[in-house]
Amino acid sequence: MSYQSMEEAQTRCGKEGIEFWKAVQLEDAEERGVTEADSWKEMKRMWRAMLDGLDAYDPELMSRSRMVGKEGGLVDAYRAAGDTLCGDFMAKVMSNALKMGCNNACMKRIVAAPTAGACGVMPAVLVTYYREYDVPEEKMIEALYVAAGVGQIIANRAYLAGASGGCQAEVGSGSGMAASAICHVKGGSTAQIGHACAMALKNLMGLVCDPVGGLVEVPCVKRNVGGAFNAIAAADMALAGIESQIPVDQVIDAMKEVGDKMDVSLRETGIGGVAGSLRAAEVVARMNM
Amino acid sequence: MGSIFDILGPVMVGPSSSHTAGAARIGMIARQLFGRQPEKAAVYLHGSFAATGKGHGTDKALIAGLLGMKPDDMRIPDSFKIAKEEGMEFIIEPREIKEAHPNTAQIIMDAEGVNTMKIQAYSIGGGRIRVCKLDGIDVNFSGESNTLIIRNVDEPGRIKEVAAALSDAQINIATMQVFRDKRGGYAVMVVETDQIVPREAMGDLESKKGIIRVKFLLAN
Repeated sequence: MSYQSMEEAQTRCGKEGIEFWKAVQLEDAEERGVTEADSWKEMKRMWRAMLDGLDAYDPELMSRSRMVGKEGGLVDAYRAAGDTLCGDFMAKVMSNALKMGCNNACMKRIVAAPTAGACGVMPAVLVTYYREYDVPEEKMIEALYVAAGVGQIIANRAYLAGASGGCQAEVGSGSGMAASAICHVKGGSTAQIGHACAMALKNLMGLVCDPVGGLVEVPCVKRNVGGAFNAIAAADMALAGIESQIPVDQVIDAMKEVGDKMDVSLRETGIGGVAGSLRAAEVVARMNM
Repeated sequence: MGSIFDILGPVMVGPSSSHTAGAARIGMIARQLFGRQPEKAAVYLHGSFAATGKGHGTDKALIAGLLGMKPDDMRIPDSFKIAKEEGMEFIIEPREIKEAHPNTAQIIMDAEGVNTMKIQAYSIGGGRIRVCKLDGIDVNFSGESNTLIIRNVDEPGRIKEVAAALSDAQINIATMQVFRDKRGGYAVMVVETDQIVPREAMGDLESKKGIIRVKFLLAN
């Protein structure tokens, strides 16, 4: 049985003297009836697919609606000029989030994390850090377990689909997962992993899912940047010793409550939010020609 | 289900786990059920598949699946061209299907020397699917487990024979569902197994009276 709460997972960690990522791996091995080594191998495949996915980005490609595709390349060029507001590392995070989002829109290979629409958040945070700071690959795979474990608790208590709970469930959850994961890489404690997730989720609570034309393009691709930046901010806050005043499990429950109250026009129907704008109608009319 | 690899994963070609990865999987399962690459395929899209399918590459993904590509195959965007090269003719049209799930596809497959096969399936998100109709008979399976699909005449004793044949081959049945169109008409058995059903056991089953067709889907 997968963990129903962060509290339950943390209790196991305390009792068995193991780290959070290990508790997630053990649970996976038990649940699927596989060895820890097999579980690790599968997680390593996810990690490698994130690395390969980023490298496969092609700035010349455009999505079928021609709304997105070149954004990753634009930020690369902007960063290379050395005059960004957010600094070099964060500009790389930005460009990687956009690249993965564009890859997804342009029918290239991605890792759904937790969904295809939010696939840029995790690699933007983790792959960028890995390449910048030369961290052992094992640490990154551990971090993916942390992210998956947190994501599973969110899935068990709330949801991960935009159609169910809005974008807070997709990019919001992806951001919470990435915050916990990078917090682990930086040596954060199990408690800090929970605080990082809670803070990331709170910052994006209420985010609606309003894809133009129902396509995973606008505003999804750029929203991955928001999710990635937010994850890093949340992790840094947790590592600085800031605690979420609301425990992460209760934050997830609040997110569920907000999603349940969200109007259906704001849950992946392509009706409300920016999907309901005049320009969106023009884009849809153009595509149907 | 609900493994951590449903949270982190699948590895897939974008843009949508339901409309692209799920669609590729529907095509792939249809091909496996048919037992070969169709020479002609008619694909009908219902609901959201019809409305936003084009922008999500649902059409390309379904054809890719029929060509045997998995949801992470980088050639999915080029599937129409590849179908042409491999001589698979196809049409794709919207179709309103009564009481169907919004992400539903119907596929009719033809090839020289074999019977036409018609399947209906829908995508439930996360790249996962359900097959809900097979040649007009209601069924319900995902293809995530080893699955034996047996088409038979609806008459006494057929289920016993199948169970006995599997038992003889040391195969454990995990779940078993039986469906039929009408009493004494055609029936379908969907048997999920813990082990892989060997070729000999399949041949053994096919040779039995009243059993029309036997197909095995490897868990994937």
